[in-house]
Amino acid sequence: MENHQRMKAYWKKNLSYLLILLIIWFLASYGCGILFKGPLNQVQIGGFKLGFWFAQQGSIYIFVVLIFVYVRLMNKLDKEFDVDEKE
Amino acid sequence: MSDQQIWIYVIVGITFLLYIGIAIWSKAGSTKEFYVAGGGVHPIANGMATAADWMSAASFISMAGLISFMGYDGSVYLMGWTGGYVLLALLLAPYLRKFGKYTVPDFVGERYYSQMARQVAVICALFVSFTYVAGQMRGVGLVFSRFLEVNVDTGVLIGMAVVFFYAVLGGMKGITYTQVAQYCVLIFAFMVPAIFISIILTGNVIPQLGFGSKTLEGTYLLEKLDGLNTALGFNAYTDGSKSIADVFFITAALMVGTAGLPHVIVRFFTVPKVKDARISAGYALAFIAILYTTAPAVAAFARTNLINTVNGTAYKDVPGWFKTWEETGLITFEDKNGDNKIQYYNDKNGDEGFIAKAKEQGWNGNELSIDRDIMVLANPEIAQLPNWVIALVAAGGLAAALSTAAGLLLVISTAISHDLIKKAINPNITEKGELWAARISAAIAVMVAGYFGLNPPDYVAAVVAFAFGLAASSFFPAIIMGIFYKRMNKEGAVAGMIVGLLFTSSYIVYFKFINPEANIAENWWFGISPEGIGTLGMMLNFVVSIVISKFTSEPPEEVQSMVENIRYPRSN
Repeated sequence: MENHQRMKAYWKKNLSYLLILLIIWFLASYGCGILFKGPLNQVQIGGFKLGFWFAQQGSIYIFVVLIFVYVRLMNKLDKEFDVDEKE
Repeated sequence: MSDQQIWIYVIVGITFLLYIGIAIWSKAGSTKEFYVAGGGVHPIANGMATAADWMSAASFISMAGLISFMGYDGSVYLMGWTGGYVLLALLLAPYLRKFGKYTVPDFVGERYYSQMARQVAVICALFVSFTYVAGQMRGVGLVFSRFLEVNVDTGVLIGMAVVFFYAVLGGMKGITYTQVAQYCVLIFAFMVPAIFISIILTGNVIPQLGFGSKTLEGTYLLEKLDGLNTALGFNAYTDGSKSIADVFFITAALMVGTAGLPHVIVRFFTVPKVKDARISAGYALAFIAILYTTAPAVAAFARTNLINTVNGTAYKDVPGWFKTWEETGLITFEDKNGDNKIQYYNDKNGDEGFIAKAKEQGWNGNELSIDRDIMVLANPEIAQLPNWVIALVAAGGLAAALSTAAGLLLVISTAISHDLIKKAINPNITEKGELWAARISAAIAVMVAGYFGLNPPDYVAAVVAFAFGLAASSFFPAIIMGIFYKRMNKEGAVAGMIVGLLFTSSYIVYFKFINPEANIAENWWFGISPEGIGTLGMMLNFVVSIVISKFTSEPPEEVQSMVENIRYPRSN
């Protein structure tokens, strides 16, 4: 039974990570690149209008970072709850 | 033979020998090797192979060209075809790896304890893969016909022979290691001209930065491009013309579709551990991002160069590349006002001030039409780069097309030998028999793909929208709920897949095939184009599945404990 509780806690933690990461994922692409593109385009960084930059560059960089952050978080979580794969 | 052609023969020849050599070295001996490369691929190698598998002729050859004509609107491809990897890494790859079977229909069939669910999945997988592979063979033909000056059909046949050799012989193992090589070839081939052109135009070595830098005349490249575009009556490059809703839905359909494509998902079955599946999705996206962040820069450079080089130029003074591409019929010039000069502008612009201005200058309609697919291939020539760079681009385009074709052919052959023959028709088939069945189906799939390459349907582009829409509206919800919603049962999942599939395909078929004239924004539901409708189909699938599952019995005990089991990398 205790094991069962622990597994539940692991899964809950996993879901909360997913939620946070996916919110960032959404904001970077659909938010900054599409929905708020108009106002963001008022800001200019170098030759880029900011909304345009998010749509064609920024969102992609953020996607890559998100996956690596996820991997780190999960590897730690697996160890913490002793569900990591042994060699 | 010209100097350029010798370079192309040498470089393309070397890369082909390399692929064949790898295929012989990594011949598959068992079905496990044939289907999932023995499950022992290193995550970095798998990341590269996934990247090559994913980046098709469309990414390498067509995408930058499309963006250069679409400007901001082209962002749908950039975000759509990369953002799906976040979904894959977070929501699918680790769990499917833990599940540990060979194919997507395997998962659907076992999770929903139903042969029917498996068959629906097989049909979707076959349809999606065949539509996709036809486009790849066409890409191979295009590159061959332009660069080796053989005819398109011969080009397709050579491409078929090479893919045949390593896909049929090596299965997933052969494909994986050739894809690693192909990734290296294609990324090098994409980056070299991009860097050269960035230096020439902006003085910046890194194209991603050159994109936002000043040109040598001192204005920002993008500002200059906005100016060039609007002066010719097009939308400003950084603005685009699609509605926000449509951009939103298309991006979502492409993202979710990416995460639901069987040839991408199956790659995560090839690594040893759950941990490796997560990280290899990260590597894959990082490798993909190198090309995907460069492509919009290439697009902007190409657009600037194109307008500067040809607009207002006397036809007799056009550079050599213009004439070569004219011979292939992919560039056409018609001197409508008889002034012997090329006028390139948007003659469909409704603005009266612009029309008056065009008249005043003696313009009599747009005189130049350019096939978008040629921008990347012609780019090095437009920028007057050396011949070896042009040869490299040819080899890169071929690597992109061949690697994707091979990955798709594998999905087709496993769907037939594993999901149809082994799991449905003849469960008693021996290991050796199944391996032969897989090889034979791969061989037949190559022929069918070749046939489509030789006799391309006119609607390849339209069908690709189909492939993504179907993947988004059928597989994705079924797999997600299979993992995250234990209560989901077969009634709900099957109903959801069928509704999603029917809804999405009828919308696309209606606007693309039955009544193409009606395919304008006013007639679309909620302003969503057929390219974006998969997103709505996906939502429908979720709703239908959940409602139906509430009213039907919960899945059997052993299925629920299987779902429980795939959630933990190591179950206690």
